[in-house]
Amino acid sequence: MDGRTLRITLGPVPYLWDGEAWRDFYFRIADCAWIDAVTLGEVVCSKRLHFTQPFIDAVAGRLANAGKEVSLASMAMVTLEREAMLTRRLVEASPWPVEANDLSALGLLSGRPHLVGPFVNVYNGATARMLASRGATRICLGPELPLASVVEIVGAAPQTDFEVFAFGRLPLAISARCAHARTKGNSKDNCQFVCQDDPDGLAVDTLDGQSFLTLNGVQTMSHTCQVLLAELPALQQAGVSHIRLSPQHCDMADVAEVFAAVRDGQIDPGEGEARLHAIYPGVPFSNGFHHGTVGASWISAAAQEVPA
Amino acid sequence: MELICPAGTPAAYREAVDAGADAVYCGFRDETNARNFPGLNFTRDELAASIAYGKAKGVQTYVALNTFMRAGSQKLWYKAADDAVLLGADALIVADLALMAYIVETHPQQRLHVSVQASASNADAINFLVQTFGAKRLVLPRVLTVADIAALAPKVRCELEVFAFGGLCVMAEGRCSLSSYATGLSPNMQGVCSPASHVRYREDGDEMVSELGGYTINRFGAGEPAGYPTLCKGRFHIADDEGYAFEDPVSLDVMEHLDALRDAGVTALKIEGRQRGKAYVAEVVSRLRQALDATPEQRPALLAHLRRLSEGQRTTAGAYEKKWR
Repeated sequence: MDGRTLRITLGPVPYLWDGEAWRDFYFRIADCAWIDAVTLGEVVCSKRLHFTQPFIDAVAGRLANAGKEVSLASMAMVTLEREAMLTRRLVEASPWPVEANDLSALGLLSGRPHLVGPFVNVYNGATARMLASRGATRICLGPELPLASVVEIVGAAPQTDFEVFAFGRLPLAISARCAHARTKGNSKDNCQFVCQDDPDGLAVDTLDGQSFLTLNGVQTMSHTCQVLLAELPALQQAGVSHIRLSPQHCDMADVAEVFAAVRDGQIDPGEGEARLHAIYPGVPFSNGFHHGTVGASWISAAAQEVPA
Repeated sequence: MELICPAGTPAAYREAVDAGADAVYCGFRDETNARNFPGLNFTRDELAASIAYGKAKGVQTYVALNTFMRAGSQKLWYKAADDAVLLGADALIVADLALMAYIVETHPQQRLHVSVQASASNADAINFLVQTFGAKRLVLPRVLTVADIAALAPKVRCELEVFAFGGLCVMAEGRCSLSSYATGLSPNMQGVCSPASHVRYREDGDEMVSELGGYTINRFGAGEPAGYPTLCKGRFHIADDEGYAFEDPVSLDVMEHLDALRDAGVTALKIEGRQRGKAYVAEVVSRLRQALDATPEQRPALLAHLRRLSEGQRTTAGAYEKKWR
């Protein structure tokens, strides 16, 4: 143990929620002692921005007043001129540190302190070092990376903070096409914001009834919820400084409390897992990516203790 | 516009050259490229011989080093870049930022192309790569319409290459881990998508079921041809419906937009298909070469034949047309 305590961050809400519900969610987070930092913003689809835009200043202010470190995320995929302009404006005018989630934001932020989000591909230490030299102070690694890669990357850039995706449905893909709108017979350009009907995403099952994926607008997520609890000591030992909880449609303050309790040794990972199942019921957990295998798989804490 | 053609084997390389390619792209026989399939790709000696064959006929060779360097194993990618430069590659196609940086530092004279896997989809992203790494060309992700490309081209300080024919990624390239979610193997890390090693076909009554990593990707009724279970082109159950949730089993064909792409300022058209046999490569390259050189009136007849070679015999212009979204 290097003595540093893993800090708990809350990633952006990936789904389209009603603006006031979104605001109230964050007001509750402001009162949650277990969360150290919050990254806000619409990462998935620029068409959704007007839902949360009216509330973002109030939410950011409230979180900051509560002592949270606040940052604003840029969009994961920028294609339209309007989106490029929004990204430039975010970089130029944001009162809060910006988390880059595509190469345009990364380029625009070069030379000044910024964060790097999980949608920028950082697969090795050389890339992390390069980003750090250009101003990245904290890098949230993509969830596909196995622990072996995390260890190498963190070791290569010891001055940089690293964040690992520890809770939430996994963001697996993003498309120019909106599969979510298509399921309701709409196209992306005339989507009617149907993704708002599914505040925790829309299930994609196989034709044999296996739970498989989740639609979230133009994003495809896992059906499973990634949970890294038994893995926290290994992450801390690797030098990871932050763990990211990605909001699902459940009580995220309670989720944060479970992670803090396991981190602080108050409960064991097995009990933490049981509590998370109660807080976020009906969704199986996964941690396969972390263990270098099938992302959807779940390696139990007991199995992790068996020597390879 | 230049015609950039795929080669998974030295034989396909020669066919592509003979059929009228302006450049051929290929990769080494390992995870440094995104078509890391068994029996495919080039040894160092094969690449040297192929480059010589191309040079003799005035055809360029691009070497794809377009996966992301696995942490701790960067040397494999650096060595591949060194060797490709030494063997005389005309350009390296790269996605990993640190590999771009290595090439700029170690081989400053080497022409660098940014792979589609880098997912640079707007002018600021592209110009960042041009400014930082001196990229001379960028392969655009399949997320833009022809109109988007026309608006983009005057704002970027490098050449643009677009996919014109062959396989179609539905998801933004370089940002998709669907395959590793189901199988543990991904395009970014291992250079494979929906790998054959994890595919299984089984009969269930009258139906043929195709699986990937134990997940049912499709079920085919009696008489329905069973396609390969590429994850994003499977049939799934959503709400009360069953269907192709992301995309039908189609392939990309944007030849109808050829003039629009040229007018938009596109430098090069890319054919996907390094995993294809030499006969396919020869046929597609020669037809597209003819189509590029033909008048718009002559083109439909030339292209009708080509469509029969497409996956499932159905094609789409994909994201190049706005209605696809």
